[in-house]
Amino acid sequence: MGQTFAEKILAEKAGLAKTVPGQIVEISPDIALSHDNTAAIRGIFEKMGGVKVFNPKVHAIILDHATPAPTTEHAENHRIVREFVQEQGVEHFFDVGRGVCHQVLVEEGLALPGEVVLGSDSHTTHAGVMGAFGAGIGRSEMASIWALGELWLRVPESLKIIVHGKLSPSVTAKDLALHIIGELGSDGGLYMSVEWHGEAIEALDLSQQAVLPNITAEMGAKNSYIPPDQKVFSFLKDRSNRQYEPVYPDPDASYTKIVEYDASTIVPVIACPHTVDNVKPLSEIAGLHIDQAFLGTCTNGRLEDLGAAAAVLKGRRIAPGTRMIVIPASSEVYLDALRAGYIETFVAAGAMVQSPGCGPCMGNHMGIPAVGEVIISSANRNFQGRMGTRESEVYLASPEVVAASAVAGAIIHPRYLQEGRG
Amino acid sequence: MSVIRGRVWKYGDDVNTDVIFAGKYTYTINDPAEMAKHALEDLDPRFVKEVKPNDIIVAGKNWGCGSSREQAATCLKENGLGAIIAKSFARIHYRNCLNTALPVLTCPEAVDVIQDKEMVELDLAAGEIRCGAGTFRFPPLPETVMGIFEAGGLIAYTRKKLAAR
Ligand code: SF4
Repeated sequence: MGQTFAEKILAEKAGLAKTVPGQIVEISPDIALSHDNTAAIRGIFEKMGGVKVFNPKVHAIILDHATPAPTTEHAENHRIVREFVQEQGVEHFFDVGRGVCHQVLVEEGLALPGEVVLGSDSHTTHAGVMGAFGAGIGRSEMASIWALGELWLRVPESLKIIVHGKLSPSVTAKDLALHIIGELGSDGGLYMSVEWHGEAIEALDLSQQAVLPNITAEMGAKNSYIPPDQKVFSFLKDRSNRQYEPVYPDPDASYTKIVEYDASTIVPVIACPHTVDNVKPLSEIAGLHIDQAFLGTCTNGRLEDLGAAAAVLKGRRIAPGTRMIVIPASSEVYLDALRAGYIETFVAAGAMVQSPGCGPCMGNHMGIPAVGEVIISSANRNFQGRMGTRESEVYLASPEVVAASAVAGAIIHPRYLQEGRG
Repeated sequence: MSVIRGRVWKYGDDVNTDVIFAGKYTYTINDPAEMAKHALEDLDPRFVKEVKPNDIIVAGKNWGCGSSREQAATCLKENGLGAIIAKSFARIHYRNCLNTALPVLTCPEAVDVIQDKEMVELDLAAGEIRCGAGTFRFPPLPETVMGIFEAGGLIAYTRKKLAAR
C-alpha cells in the first residue's frame, strides 16, 4: 500500500523505508524557525546546558511579532535575539521590518518542497504551500533542536481534502478555507496531516494557495500540504540555491478521512466571534457596523491581497466612524504594492499603512481595539481577546470583504457596494 | 520503565485539559505536588484519592483537547500515573505528556476492549499492550523517546545528552 505525503516525507527524513500513523520517528529539520520568542527559547537552551547551537545554518530567525518594538521590554527582547544571532553565527536572520516569519520564509526560499520546517509558531503549517512539511512545536522542543539538532515527531494520520470544479469569481481561497473549517470544526483535522487536492486548488495562484495551509492550523492540523507544481518551481528559481526533491503522496495511499467539495457551491463567508469555526454566510452578517478594518498578516497580507483590496478602495473613502489599517506581510510585498500604486490608493482612501510585521494580529500594538469595538480582519484567528482587548469582537473575512466593509462602515460584500465612486 | 503494570482508570471521549487541570488554578498553583492534588478534579474526584503508581488511564478519542496548558500533563505525571492509552490525543497535550516523561499511546482497538479497573501491562520497547482480552501491538517507541522517559523529561534529557557529547 502506498504512503501519504506525511508518511513518506517522515520516512525519508528518518531514513526508514516507510512509516505508519502513530509511529514516532526522530528527524533533523531542514529549517528551525523562531521569531521574537527566540529570546525565551535561548533561556531554556541555556538551562539545558547549551552553549553553541548544533547547526547555525538550520536556524531561521525573523523578528515580526512586535516590530518595531512598542515598549522597552520588547526592544530589550529584540536586543537579546540580535545578540544571540551574533554569538551563534545564525545565517538566516531577518531583523525588524522584513515581515511576518511565514511569508519571509517562503520569499527567502527557505521553505522548500520535500523539506521539513519546524517552527515555534502554530502557523508553521504555512510552509506546506511550497510542498514542505511545516509543523509548530513548543519552546522547549525548539531549544532541544538547537542543542541536539533533532526532535521526535509522531507520524500523523492524513486527511485528504479534494475540491472539484471552480470557485466563482466573487469567492476567494479564504472563503473556501473558512467554509471547510466551519464544516469540519476546530478539531476537524486534529493532529492530522491535511492534504489539499483537486482542480479548484490547482487553479489558485500561489498567494491564494498559501491561505490554505496557513489557516489549516485552526482545524488542529499538524501540517498541511499542497502538491507543489510548476508555479512553485518557477517561484523558487531565483530564490533558493539549495537543491530540493519534491515529495508527493502515492496514488494508493490510505487516508483516515477523505472529504470532497464542489467549489461552485461555495459562497462568501465570514468567521464570527470568538472561534474560527463559527462560520456563517456573509449575507447573514451583512450590515453589522464595524469600527476597524485590518488588512494584513501571514494569512492575507500578500501583494494579491493588497491588490484585491485596492481595487475595491480605488476612488473611494473609508466610512466616517470606521478606521482601516493595512500592513503588508513583508517588505517585498510593501515595495511591490508601492510600485503597483496600491499604497497610494490606501492612503488616499484614508487608511493607515504600517510597517511589515504581525501588527495588531495578536494584540501587541498598532491598532488594539477599544472596549466594545467590532473588527473585521483578514487574519486567521478571532479568539476572545486575540487582538488585545477581551471585550471586542473580531470577524474574519477575505481582503476584498475587509476593504468593502471599511468603505461601507459595515460588513458587506464588494459586489453590493454602491456604484458612483468618490 | 520499559514495562508498566497498572490498574485501569477508564474515561470517555473529548476529555479536555480544563477538567484534567482546571483553568482557575493555572496562575495560582506553580508547585507540581500541589498541581497533583487537583488532577481530574471535575471529572473524577476519586482519582487523586485512589490512584496508585503506574496506574493507567484508558480513554476515548481526543484526550487532552482544549487549552495547551502543560500543567495538565504535569499533574498526571506527579500522581505517578504510568501511562495513558487513548483512541486519539489532542496534539499539544500529547507532546506535553511525552516531554514530561508520561508515556501516551494511541491504540483504539485496545481501548474498545479494556475494562475499567482491570490490570494491564504495557511493554513500551516491544510495543505491546497485554490486557484481559488479549495482546495489542503498537509501533515501539524509538530510543529518543525512551531516553526522554528515562531522563524524566525533555529538558533533562537534552541536558544529559548534551553533557555526554
Ligand atoms: S501574522 Fe498573526 S498569525 Fe501570522 S505569525 Fe503573526 S501573529 Fe501569528
